[in-house]
Amino acid sequence: MEFFRIRRDIPFMRHALVLNIISLLTFVAAVFFLATRGLHLSIEFTGGTVIEVAYAQAADINRVRSTVEGLQLGDVQVQTFGSARDVLIRLPVRGDVKKDDLVTGVFTQLCKSENGVVGAQQTLSAKGETVTHQVCRAGSQEPVILQRSEFVGPQVGKELAQDGAKALAFVIAGIMLYLAFRFEWKFSIAAIVANLHDVIIILGFFAFFQWEFSLTVLAAVLAVLGYSVNESVVIFDRIREAFRRYRKMDTRQVIDHAITSTMSRTIITHGCTQMMVLSMLVFGGPTLHYFAVALTIGILFGIYSSVFVAAAIAMWLGVKREDLTRTTPGKGIDPDDPNAGAVV
Amino acid sequence: MNRYPWWTYTILAIALLVGLVFTVPNFFGEAPAVQVSSGKATLKLDSSMAQRVEQVLTSSGLKADFVQFEVNTVKARFPDTDMQIKAKDALTKALDPDENDPSYIVALNLVSRSPRWLTAMHALPMYLGLDLRGGVYFLMQVDMKSALTKKAESLAGDIRTSLRDKNLRHAGVTRDNASIGIRFRDRETLNAAHSLLADQLPDVQWTDLPEGTDFKLAGELKPEAARRVQETAIKQNITTLHNRVNELGVSEPVIQQQGLDRVVVQLPGVQDTAKAKDIIGRTATLEVRMVDESAEAGAAAAGTGPVPFGAERYTERGSRPLIVKRQVVLTGENLTDAQTGFDSQTHEPTVNLTLDAKGSRIFKDVTRENIGKRMAILLFEKGKGEVVTAPVIRSEIGGGRVQISGSMTTVEAADTALLLRSGSLAAPMEIIEERTIGPSLGADNIAKGFNSVIYGFAAIAVFMCIYYLLFGAFSTLSLAFNLLLLVAVLSMLQATLTLPGMAAIALTLGMAIDANVLINERVREELRGGASPQAAIHTGYERAFATILDSNVTTLIAGVALLAFGSGPVKGFAVVHCLGILTSMFSAVVFSRGLVNFWYGRQKKLKSVSIGQVWKPQADLPAKP
Repeated sequence: MEFFRIRRDIPFMRHALVLNIISLLTFVAAVFFLATRGLHLSIEFTGGTVIEVAYAQAADINRVRSTVEGLQLGDVQVQTFGSARDVLIRLPVRGDVKKDDLVTGVFTQLCKSENGVVGAQQTLSAKGETVTHQVCRAGSQEPVILQRSEFVGPQVGKELAQDGAKALAFVIAGIMLYLAFRFEWKFSIAAIVANLHDVIIILGFFAFFQWEFSLTVLAAVLAVLGYSVNESVVIFDRIREAFRRYRKMDTRQVIDHAITSTMSRTIITHGCTQMMVLSMLVFGGPTLHYFAVALTIGILFGIYSSVFVAAAIAMWLGVKREDLTRTTPGKGIDPDDPNAGAVV
Repeated sequence: MNRYPWWTYTILAIALLVGLVFTVPNFFGEAPAVQVSSGKATLKLDSSMAQRVEQVLTSSGLKADFVQFEVNTVKARFPDTDMQIKAKDALTKALDPDENDPSYIVALNLVSRSPRWLTAMHALPMYLGLDLRGGVYFLMQVDMKSALTKKAESLAGDIRTSLRDKNLRHAGVTRDNASIGIRFRDRETLNAAHSLLADQLPDVQWTDLPEGTDFKLAGELKPEAARRVQETAIKQNITTLHNRVNELGVSEPVIQQQGLDRVVVQLPGVQDTAKAKDIIGRTATLEVRMVDESAEAGAAAAGTGPVPFGAERYTERGSRPLIVKRQVVLTGENLTDAQTGFDSQTHEPTVNLTLDAKGSRIFKDVTRENIGKRMAILLFEKGKGEVVTAPVIRSEIGGGRVQISGSMTTVEAADTALLLRSGSLAAPMEIIEERTIGPSLGADNIAKGFNSVIYGFAAIAVFMCIYYLLFGAFSTLSLAFNLLLLVAVLSMLQATLTLPGMAAIALTLGMAIDANVLINERVREELRGGASPQAAIHTGYERAFATILDSNVTTLIAGVALLAFGSGPVKGFAVVHCLGILTSMFSAVVFSRGLVNFWYGRQKKLKSVSIGQVWKPQADLPAKP
């Protein structure tokens, strides 16, 4: 089986200008949404309390919301988590209330609205330790179960945000240095611009849809940065090779050739990675949901930006054969080549 | 040309074997166990404890699968939880007759069910994170009163020094809780002292308190200074906890401040409270004081006289009593590090301490004035003090670098250093709430992570086998080998597996297939260009390698950045991601080549390779425009 039966090099670069304008527009839109809507940061960054409860039947979100809002705890968010029965409640940071009091308070109210009574129950865990936890009882039933609760102080969030920024800076600097050393500075700029454009677009999506931006999503974003740079590298490798091999081609043709000949690999590789990510999206549950979403956007835009943005920027920056063959003089020159010595 | 020498196959076989051995323990599950560990910092367990535990169990008619001594703990595994609980009760009764002062911590635990020969090879299952198996959660209260008291105590010392320096005579400096009182004989000295102290110690609020005929100056820490003391105390405690938890190898701990004087500690992977308490419960404070070497003190130590005024009786680690002055020279606050080392001349093991600027200044003065005398380093745990070491001062020590040497074994030196390091808590802490997070949520998450990996892998495998036929099968095998190696390396490193970590495994596999796709596409391309099958395989691998290297390095840069700056779940992700890149390089290039060479390498007249259809553009058309 062979998907890609391409006779001639596809003239990608002929459309470079149009595609770059589209890129720029998407980019500007992403920046616009980031600026106006901002990211919906998870409590890991903002601090606050998260309570996860599981209902016996599908939960009535509006009733849960009004119950929790009745406690006047500030800006409360209530949403389903994974299934219709699991509900996630987010409460903002409150300096004066202890986490346990807060959780107990919310849980008691939720229990009351289900006509239940909160009591303590002791169970024996698998390894034989007695564990006491709160249960809500309504007759013989348990209408709502407290799954977990988390609290993050505001200080921690600030640190995490700073560390995230540092990591991003490190990745950018590291990749630029490596590419500059391995190829040439024009490529390193092209690759970084193209891939930062991906990152901003992912963030733009998160801002536009107000998806929750958590630490795991940050990890996904940085992984995408590394991954799609690798895409650009594969194309750059081919560009270098083509410059050495086909001395009659001009820069535009060389880039077209490089993209065309890596096309099959690009699609298959990304297809495979995307299959894995899809599997996470389907089976990974709510915790991995946005992680997989970020990766999906990253992979799709990664292909696009490596092909059209990175290569095009390298072209606009004016890469030349000499930039890449200069380091190994003599090696690329064939003594029998009639054009030997001629420089484009 | 496509043959590997025998030793390459040997290396691959060894890697496969090691991978299997270290991966297998993850599939055995866990059995109930009881764990005995030391309840005191200065009490160390040795292998004789295992025999004692065995005796206790036999005498109460219980049969353990095995009783095993590990570093500082003894574990006994039982077939069921019923027996486990009975064993716990029996051991607690036998080992800790005094409930209020337990020497040993007896706790329930889970140990791997894997056979002992695997455990003996240190082939242990991976730890699962808080999100996968639950974990231990602690809320700890920092004893702020004692932090303030200690600050007042050291301030009192500073006051004595400053007054002496300026030749101002006082009739005694006393400390009552967090307040300091100085008595003077006349008004002038009091005024002079007041202005001097107000100038030198801006943190203290002084008030005039006439007390009968005496003139008394009472000092109290200013509220903002007290708050600062508390803030630094809790910050330092958190830092110290971080270091110690890291040192003890618990990965991805969460240590956070809660409120003004509380610290939250979450230890994923730790199921029993004993191990966690062993790590955290050893929170202790350190003090350096002078040993009282007067005749009365000697008598008190021998047990024939009362403890002299201004001194206290403590026991040295070997339970020898020692009379130590009450006045604190230095606290753990001034100790920045303690490491083991060797004396450059005698080659004896030493403990090297590093003090901060203030500590080194004080230490210099104290050592100058006390050459030939002994000083004691005390460790306080749960309000009880014990002398860690009491060296003789040989010379004046400046510069803040202190070397303690003499008749120590390397192990003793290491223990002392660890104890001293652990002592650098600014204030003692006590666990006021502990919780284990139930594993039911975790089991669900494990299933989710596992399914993501399995179905993703299956999808890739099916596609590769259809698209690249035999080469696809080789790629799939090398991807499976990659998964095996990755799990083995993670188990070897005893990394904590979290849900993001499992996501990283899935993602790494998804990305690792890239290398195989690159190789297979190159081989096809060479075949399309008219190369002979053997040559195509050879050049295909050769050419693809440079690209694979480049692309993996950039991915690795991102991984390393996450590792360096990430915390919590991100770090777990990064560890797996980085290791996965390394294992994928090996498996995709070396292992898959090994398979290909094994299959095709011998066939001299190879006509075709099974890599799927190789489509060629019409021969008369030039391949390139």
